[in-house]
Amino acid sequence: MNWQLMWDSLPRMLGGLTLTLQLIVGSLALGALVAFGVALLRLSGNRVVETLAAAYVFVFRGTPLLVQIFLVYYGLGQFEFIRDSILWPFLREPYWCAILALTLNTGAYTSEVLRGAILSVPQGQVEAARACGMSRALAFRRIVLPVAIRQMLPAYGNEVILMVKATSLASTITLMEVTGIARRMIAQTFAVFELFIVAGAIYLVLNFIATRLIKFAEWRLTPYLRARA
Amino acid sequence: MLELLSFGPNGWGGQLLMGTAMTVAVAVSAFAFGILVGSLGASAKLSHSLALNVVADVYTTIVRGIPELLVIYLLFFGGSGVATSIASAFGYDGRVDLNAFTIGVLAVGLISGAYSTEVIRGAVQSVPFGQIEAARACGMSRWLILRRVLVPQTLRFALPGLGNVWQLTLKDTALVSVTALAELMRITHLAAGATRQPFLFYSTAAVLYLMLTTISTALFNRAEISANRGVRRA
Amino acid sequence: MKKIVSVLALGAMMAVAAAGAAGAKEWKTVRIASEGAYPPWNATDTSGKLTGFEVDLGNDLCKRMKVTCEFVAQDWDGIIPALQQGKYDAIMSAMTITDERKKVIDFSVPYGTEPSVFAVVTGSPLAKALNLGADRVDLNDQGKAKPVLDKLAEALKGKSVGVQVSTIQADFMDKHLPKVTMRTYDKIDNAGIDLGSGRVDAMLGDRSVVEAVVKATPDKMVIVGPNFIGGVIGEGMGVGLRKDTADLKAMFDKAIGEALKDGTVKKLSTQHFGYDISPTK
Repeated sequence: MNWQLMWDSLPRMLGGLTLTLQLIVGSLALGALVAFGVALLRLSGNRVVETLAAAYVFVFRGTPLLVQIFLVYYGLGQFEFIRDSILWPFLREPYWCAILALTLNTGAYTSEVLRGAILSVPQGQVEAARACGMSRALAFRRIVLPVAIRQMLPAYGNEVILMVKATSLASTITLMEVTGIARRMIAQTFAVFELFIVAGAIYLVLNFIATRLIKFAEWRLTPYLRARA
Repeated sequence: MLELLSFGPNGWGGQLLMGTAMTVAVAVSAFAFGILVGSLGASAKLSHSLALNVVADVYTTIVRGIPELLVIYLLFFGGSGVATSIASAFGYDGRVDLNAFTIGVLAVGLISGAYSTEVIRGAVQSVPFGQIEAARACGMSRWLILRRVLVPQTLRFALPGLGNVWQLTLKDTALVSVTALAELMRITHLAAGATRQPFLFYSTAAVLYLMLTTISTALFNRAEISANRGVRRA
Repeated sequence: MKKIVSVLALGAMMAVAAAGAAGAKEWKTVRIASEGAYPPWNATDTSGKLTGFEVDLGNDLCKRMKVTCEFVAQDWDGIIPALQQGKYDAIMSAMTITDERKKVIDFSVPYGTEPSVFAVVTGSPLAKALNLGADRVDLNDQGKAKPVLDKLAEALKGKSVGVQVSTIQADFMDKHLPKVTMRTYDKIDNAGIDLGSGRVDAMLGDRSVVEAVVKATPDKMVIVGPNFIGGVIGEGMGVGLRKDTADLKAMFDKAIGEALKDGTVKKLSTQHFGYDISPTK
């Protein structure tokens, strides 16, 4: 084990951290929006809309993320009409392709988590809110959603960790995030073991921080569960 | 263009089918290995030995915390070295080489095992302790309790969780393609590059993976129904 | 604890696929790695088998060395580390002999050589701009190469070039065109796909391979500019070997020497490339 090399590689690999963080935050934020929309569509009561939303979730949960990334990046770029469309300035960039694939992927998983959480809100609470004179929308905003978000946090925490790890696949479409830089450095030094251990440690730290953040959010949202001082 | 998917000499159909079979083989072996690892991990986490608790915690934290791709790479490039040093400790002189299939199963199995550990631990804990006490009161031996009470109940509680782990495992096999094992993802990647029809091949792969997940979900649902057949429902 | 270790070890032994021969023993089988995605040097056919010039040449060389050959596929970016790990004994994958690689592995004498060339999309402004007024640029001849490289850097200003990761072409970009955006691909085919869809403005690769990419999408791409040789482009492709297998290197050297002399390399080359890629020396 070449400790010196591992230590020296750290600054260069941390140079990819900005991109990794952008991919994580970007896709999680956009994915949350998608998830919210899809979860509402799936609970909308309209059969056609529900089926379409369910199909989206089915496809993106049932296939490997790697296939989705390649399909978005190499697959879509193959068509003339896409290259001529206004979307091309985005789809031309591997960065946006990665964001798109990661967003669609996490959107599908998160929508399931959110849907489950919304369904788990006791009907009595909604009825009580309605009885107080709240409109359906207001009851959803003030009662159902806050309770559901609190409910979904542990499961969503797992999804966040999966996404942190998933960004490493962006290296397969030429992006130079942490894993991409590690692979590039391996190509120059042939020290596979050392460099992947350094990269792995970076992800471990990221996930540790992510876990803490989720735990903190859980703590903030459940004041009633805290021991009274 | 669809000729490219045919089974003739100019089509990749045969290879795609072989690749799918290989994917299933890797996934099933890795899942089984993962359950083995998961059972060991769960017993370590539930044991009263602090050392075992720590070992199991470190294992699940690391394997679930670093990207699957890195786990596979590390095993691919390091697995043979570890195996060689183990073998030489037992007096075997020479280089031990693990083939791509073994590496793939070990790597995906270790990942799968980390998730199975948590599922199995949770399931064991949800078996009411009173049942074990009752079994003991009936004079059952430890082994008999394990076989007649704990395992069947744990299995029932663990099935939904294990279903999720299976889905993860199946999809993680796509990453084994980096070890040049001829599974579905690698064949697809090669074919897409060689024919310059990426959309055709990646969407075909997506459909094949969807078929696998759909079939296996149905199988798990049936298993759940049969495991719950003795349980009264509200 | 001992019990657990021995059980684990037993499992590991059972999982062992093959035990490679140690250096001192007679060579009976030689495992050769190839990428299988670099036609015409090496490729994978629709039945999943490795094919191409290097597979035919390798089989011929093994016959001369009186050993059995076993070709295995290995992705390019891990091909040297996996050789060092002993997953196979030799690399035949259009690998150019370079000083950097010589630090970690050994090479046989070269069995082929090729210049590197650029390709662009037909009709793009670069198709003209990259016509640098030279057919052949020897990077060892710095006096003559310098003005051409300057012109090249000027023409590619603000453009992006796709190359395969960890290749002499990536070295070329690093050394001579550090200001041009380089995008690295795991396989050369993917660089071709991205050139076709306009994600990169040009690609750089070994001549025959770029030709194969261009031919796969007729009328869409063209090869432009000079053939680059010498310097980072190196002195030709050889068999990559571990440093502790000097005996195997001697066997390959002898066999390649014979195959070059009796015209086998030329014959196989003409069959796969349409011309002779034998090393010039």
